[in-house]
Amino acid sequence: MKIDCTVNGRSRTVDGLWEGESLLSVLRDRMQLPGSKNACEQGECGSCSVYLDGALVCACLVLGGQANGRTIVTIEGLMSGDALHAVQQAFVEAGAVQCGFCTPGLVVATHDLLNRVPEPSVMQIREALAGNICRCTGYAKIIEAVQLAALRMAVHERTAR
Amino acid sequence: MEFLQPSTWSEALQMKSAHPEAMPIAGGTDVMVGINLDRQRPEAIIDLTRIHELTEWGMEAGSLRIGAGVTYSRIIGELGVRLPGLAMASRTVGSPQIRNRGTVGGNLGSASPAGDAHPPLLAADAVVELASTAGTRRLAAREFFTGPKRNAMKKDELIAAFLVAPANGPQQFSKVGTRNAMVIAVCSFALSLDPARRHIGTGIGSAAPTPVIAEEAERFLEGVLDEGGLWEKPAPVEASALARFGELVSAAAKPIDDVRGTAAYRRHALAVMARRSFGWAWDEYRAKASA
Repeated sequence: MKIDCTVNGRSRTVDGLWEGESLLSVLRDRMQLPGSKNACEQGECGSCSVYLDGALVCACLVLGGQANGRTIVTIEGLMSGDALHAVQQAFVEAGAVQCGFCTPGLVVATHDLLNRVPEPSVMQIREALAGNICRCTGYAKIIEAVQLAALRMAVHERTAR
Repeated sequence: MEFLQPSTWSEALQMKSAHPEAMPIAGGTDVMVGINLDRQRPEAIIDLTRIHELTEWGMEAGSLRIGAGVTYSRIIGELGVRLPGLAMASRTVGSPQIRNRGTVGGNLGSASPAGDAHPPLLAADAVVELASTAGTRRLAAREFFTGPKRNAMKKDELIAAFLVAPANGPQQFSKVGTRNAMVIAVCSFALSLDPARRHIGTGIGSAAPTPVIAEEAERFLEGVLDEGGLWEKPAPVEASALARFGELVSAAAKPIDDVRGTAAYRRHALAVMARRSFGWAWDEYRAKASA
């Protein structure tokens, strides 16, 4: 099976797909985009969070064929050139990374949250990240990182205006 | 595995008729788990995400007709005021990622006894619309569930939509789980107050082979409210009546011991949830009546 889609702004074509293959496998194994992580393969952990036509989804629960003609943004697509996105930079500075496996999914989910809710409360942060599991249990730093990113993005927004 | 991707509803029905074994997929939150973990290898998959009609909702003869492909996120965002019970249940589904993909149609298709959408659909007397190349039929949600992960669908049918009247009174949903997110219900309970019809609707999840209603409990509480003239002059309901309502809800369940909880715990929790849910709903009704 063959699919065409737009990934991180580029047109991509993949041929020879197994019909039961997930979008996550397409991204990681066929497009050399290993940023989205493969952990639970059942939508429980959020490590494979990506945007599909602008909606935050678990790539492991999207069938490859369902992504045909769609637009996907992965963790790799959040940087501009070599510059980290404000959310990524905040995770670095807040030390919101232990083993790092959950980090790409958390960054994408945080990016989605701050698009929708620029100044989230701690409850809103916890609710929005409820589907992203950190088994090092470094949640306190993760929440600090989200707050730091929100602050930076709000300042940036004000300066840009 | 064959991948079928109809772009119109009539094409989908023709494909399902030609491939009755084909597994429908919408948000993939159930189907993909089965495939990824090698628990199921359907001969064919029929992708319903290209069919625009399935993602639409609108009014039809006083009821909302909601396409089977409308996601939980959209139910919360677009229908939360008109269907508060279903929206409350939708908020407890998985995580933002799951709610952005998962659909009520998929929940009905999987027909898990623990499906979060089922109790509020039962409580609100929802109707499921099924279609095949032979035509369309509508079935009460109360007749739709036939066993654990079994429903009344024929092999060549697909779920088109569900129909439910906008709430004209308070609705509630409670769910017991080990976390506030990402949990399959240990048990759940939905309640719908319909002052126009003087009707109480209930739905029990994850405490019987199928989602079930508590009919005796509904009739009992309707009797209490009618007898006391409480719909017209809403006063507090006697604690003894609430306790009886809880007992009757609990008695309508047929729970088992499993990994998520024991039968005894489920029975106990259902009585508590039923009592509290009615308390919240009745407070809301009284507040509106005195406003």
